[in-house]
Amino acid sequence: MAYMHIGQDFVPPDVAGKVTGRIKYAEDYTREGMVYARLLTSPIPHARVLDVDDSEALAMDGVFGILRAGDVYPDGEPQSTGLKILTDNPTLVGEPILALAAVDEKTAESAIAALNVTFERLPFVLDPLDSLREGGPNAYLGGNTFGQQGFTEAKWTADQVASFRAGNAPAEDAPTTGPIPTFVIGDLEAGFAAAEGGYVYEGSFTTAGYPHHSMEPRSAMAYWEDGKLYLHGTSQSLTALANDMAGIIGVAKEDLVFINAATGGGFGQRARANSIPSMAIPAKMSQMLNRPVMMRVTREEEFTIGGARQGFQGWIKVGFRPDGIMSACDLFVVSDNGGKGGGADAFSAADCISILYQTEAVRFRGASVGTNTAHRGAQRGPGQNQIAPIIAPIMDAAADALGMSRLDIRVINSAQTGDVGGPQGTPLTSAYMPEALTQAADDFDWEGRQSRRRQRNGSKVIGLGIGQGYHNAGRSGQDGIVMMGADGRLKIHSGVGNLGTYSYAATSRAAAEALKMPWENCDIVTGRTDNHLPITSPQDGSNSIFTNTRTCYGAAMDMVAKMKEIAAADLGGEPADYDISEERVHQIADSGVGMTYAEVAQRAMELGGRYTGEAELPEDLHEWTQIAASRLAGSAFMGIYHDPAHSNNPPGFTVTCTEIELDLETGKFEILDMVSIGECGTVVHPQGLKNQLVGGAVWGIGLSALEQHLYDPQNGLPASTGYWQSKVPTYLDTPLRIDTGWVDLPDPENPVGARGIGEPSQGSVSAALTAAISDALDGHIFGAAPITTDMIINHISGTREDAVALAQNNYRGV
Amino acid sequence: MVATSHDVMPDIELYQPADEANALELADTLGSDGWLLGGGQDTYGWLKDRNKSPAAMIELTRIDAWKGVSETGDGIEIGAVTTLTEIANHPLVQSRFALLATAAGKVASPQIRNVGTLGGNLIQDTRCWYYRRGLSCYRAGGNICYADSPQGLNREHAIFGSSRCVAVSPSDTAPALVALDAAMVVSSTGGQRLIAAEDFFVGPARDILNMTVLNEGEILTAVRIPNTWANAEYYFEKVADRNVWDFALVNIASAMRVEGGVIQDARMACGAVECVPRRLTAVENLLRGQARSEELGSEAGQLAVQGAEPLNYNHFKVPLMANLVKRAVRA
Repeated sequence: MAYMHIGQDFVPPDVAGKVTGRIKYAEDYTREGMVYARLLTSPIPHARVLDVDDSEALAMDGVFGILRAGDVYPDGEPQSTGLKILTDNPTLVGEPILALAAVDEKTAESAIAALNVTFERLPFVLDPLDSLREGGPNAYLGGNTFGQQGFTEAKWTADQVASFRAGNAPAEDAPTTGPIPTFVIGDLEAGFAAAEGGYVYEGSFTTAGYPHHSMEPRSAMAYWEDGKLYLHGTSQSLTALANDMAGIIGVAKEDLVFINAATGGGFGQRARANSIPSMAIPAKMSQMLNRPVMMRVTREEEFTIGGARQGFQGWIKVGFRPDGIMSACDLFVVSDNGGKGGGADAFSAADCISILYQTEAVRFRGASVGTNTAHRGAQRGPGQNQIAPIIAPIMDAAADALGMSRLDIRVINSAQTGDVGGPQGTPLTSAYMPEALTQAADDFDWEGRQSRRRQRNGSKVIGLGIGQGYHNAGRSGQDGIVMMGADGRLKIHSGVGNLGTYSYAATSRAAAEALKMPWENCDIVTGRTDNHLPITSPQDGSNSIFTNTRTCYGAAMDMVAKMKEIAAADLGGEPADYDISEERVHQIADSGVGMTYAEVAQRAMELGGRYTGEAELPEDLHEWTQIAASRLAGSAFMGIYHDPAHSNNPPGFTVTCTEIELDLETGKFEILDMVSIGECGTVVHPQGLKNQLVGGAVWGIGLSALEQHLYDPQNGLPASTGYWQSKVPTYLDTPLRIDTGWVDLPDPENPVGARGIGEPSQGSVSAALTAAISDALDGHIFGAAPITTDMIINHISGTREDAVALAQNNYRGV
Repeated sequence: MVATSHDVMPDIELYQPADEANALELADTLGSDGWLLGGGQDTYGWLKDRNKSPAAMIELTRIDAWKGVSETGDGIEIGAVTTLTEIANHPLVQSRFALLATAAGKVASPQIRNVGTLGGNLIQDTRCWYYRRGLSCYRAGGNICYADSPQGLNREHAIFGSSRCVAVSPSDTAPALVALDAAMVVSSTGGQRLIAAEDFFVGPARDILNMTVLNEGEILTAVRIPNTWANAEYYFEKVADRNVWDFALVNIASAMRVEGGVIQDARMACGAVECVPRRLTAVENLLRGQARSEELGSEAGQLAVQGAEPLNYNHFKVPLMANLVKRAVRA
């Protein structure tokens, strides 16, 4: 299908501001009379605050006040996991206990140093299996896990833990705990029976949790004016976050103005208000002091409260029929829930296997256990991307054992349109994984390179890897608004967050597409909620492209329908007799009879009522959108839409091929070549998609080879709080060039054929790279992510560290 | 209470002397209260985290006499506040002492090399994270080593020369200067003294609080490299987790005189395996008079790691160091 805008590159309106530095982030704002808040964070991994002597601090010149947990939770702190605004029961080092405001940051820091805080130290734990063992410490006061029954204590016998650590299958009756549901698809026993004569792999694995490292820390500035709260913050969502942040702060939705023109990176932990409640601190403190308050968050604070991926301690058994079909997968994962409760990554990992490999039988079990480490939550492909590097070498081992090509075993197991997946057998909206695999293999010359596989050059050896990624990539049930004034310009109101992907702009183009508007005559209205923006789903889960092209397109089509009604009423005939083109609505039979968009907008404003949002708004509009629409009502011609919910699963798929040269003497490798292909329906914004594929690739390299999350077992202190300590990939750790491409076949459940893509682009790279490392080492399966230099050297030399097996928040030397 | 990252500079006096005499006088007057500031890459973290609290900083980068590369009668002299970028790119260093140019070019990242100085790279404090975190360990004046314990996170720590403290020298240029038999020019109001690079660095058995022999009031003002090893056959390799902006897991610097494939003389040092750059004297003795070969490299590598005492998590450094020595020999 030929589009005006879809599939075309464009320059999003905020690009110039970003490259010139003119665009403002939360820390860039000032306000007359502004004071500065600093945090006292917990130096202890698990404690009760018994007393705070603030007399000396409050007596210091330039100190304005202190905000405590009791001030923000007058009825007591919530008795649950989850990040709190402030707390007197810290469960990780770095958790905010109080905030102090002063005339400047230096004074605030000096005043914090003058506080005398009395803590009661509580037992702490850094490794979920240590907590799971009978008698082991609990991360929380009420236990080591939190679910529908509240806090509970999950324990295994010491023998069960020791056996699991040793790599053995968990007992059939091993207790499963935590908020994650277990599930069974198909007949597991029959699945493994079918693998007799085929290939069965069984082994343990561990994956690291690590933080998000967004460039912009979660700083915020707030002030109150005329009963309204103005909050300059950071977020990867806009209206979705503001809608919930109002509740956290305790301000009416209509009285909150959330201002967030741009965000310096968001990868899951800035999508929802409950993952960034610290923004309530300056809001509450400003209310208390009646002054604007700036709270700058440091890099280390961003590490501790910014959220981290859940680490896995797992066991997996996979069976393949003699023909290579994956007939069964049995997965058990102990998930690290960190100090504030975690996510459902392990469930998503099992779900991913079911969808990506169309496994005939899948059983998922697990336990989610707290540790006194960084807050855990969604991070790019939560679960899908942890399991991707674990399962890729297993696929290769199966292919080698069965005498198949590593490409073919993936093709025969891959998802196609009409397939279902996951515990509910949810249909996929469409799926073109075989096409993606073929395209990646062709672009990479996968077959041609097979002669280079395991080729030696001195101390170096070639490894080839192919990997796949998946994430559910689309939602529905949200709202859209477009407006047009007498100038005929289209105003696309977007509640999508500007997290750096430019999806807020790319999705807006679906409205321009529907109205056949030149892009230069369109304006995106966004950046602050007093621009009256519709609700949308949080910008997580790679959903934005699918979700918001539906709403933008729908709102624009509502405007088109209203244009035809007005034209028919004024010029005769029925609405169906009219079409649009070149910014006019005109009769199909005689295009000379019609009105310009400017004219029809002017007429709409004269007519008012449903044409300007003053009547007959769609049913089921979200409360947030109703407020926005009511404030826009009567101001201009309005198109407004509530997107009905759909039930199928729009998948985002990626495939990556890579070639590495690994030096057997140093344990280092160089990525010689890499190709990543996206399968995400119709491509909306090629440059944006390329950015997602390349950005995900860099992070996938980190996941497979570099990034670490260390806590000292002796005192619970984090050891990897900065960029270099965490080993995020640098420019020279990535290949000179990462080639990208896309399948570009439309999805039938999206008006422009699009699905999302962001998250799997990391998973497929991680999978391919891990497979390539394994390939270079004669198929050795580490069962770990990352595989670091020391692990490779130890493997080659036969050296064995004294690392604890399956350790979390520690080295993974075995 | 253990400090966390405050990310706010405390009040501190800043002195910016414009000549040598003024700087040396300030260093003498301020003593341990005067923090010597070069490029700042080993300074601001300490101060912002408030784990070091000097009363004053003496900025050395305005003193032209301590900058640049110049020829001497028997080699070259490099001012201590010369940036690492300048050293990496300087024609004289590249043409005659490429070992140092290569090592300087492997330090950290381009941005850090643009401001980081040779002196700073040499006298920087260890990167042991326990120490950097502000814990009261031996090196910080306490009576415990958190890294040398059954649970200590000690992957990056020493396999040689431990004595209570197991921290390592983080420098990339230090092993190169030891291999080049350089001399450190140390100045004070009392005059100058020349110290062999090999003797400039000290381990915890001798001084657990300091990593060099610099006394209060002394400033490393220059490094002199004699022509002894000019245009030798050099080998420098740094293995780090990341290819930029990282410290070495192990690095090696080697200078050899080879004639007809036979090693006439050799000088080698490894970094990040001990608190000081570890001179590999036994290896040098083995190599003299022998033809370069894979077998000789393997033998040298095994000799190099004799006596290594790895900690829980750094056993990998033993084969890695042996392999780097092997590579230097066969290169």
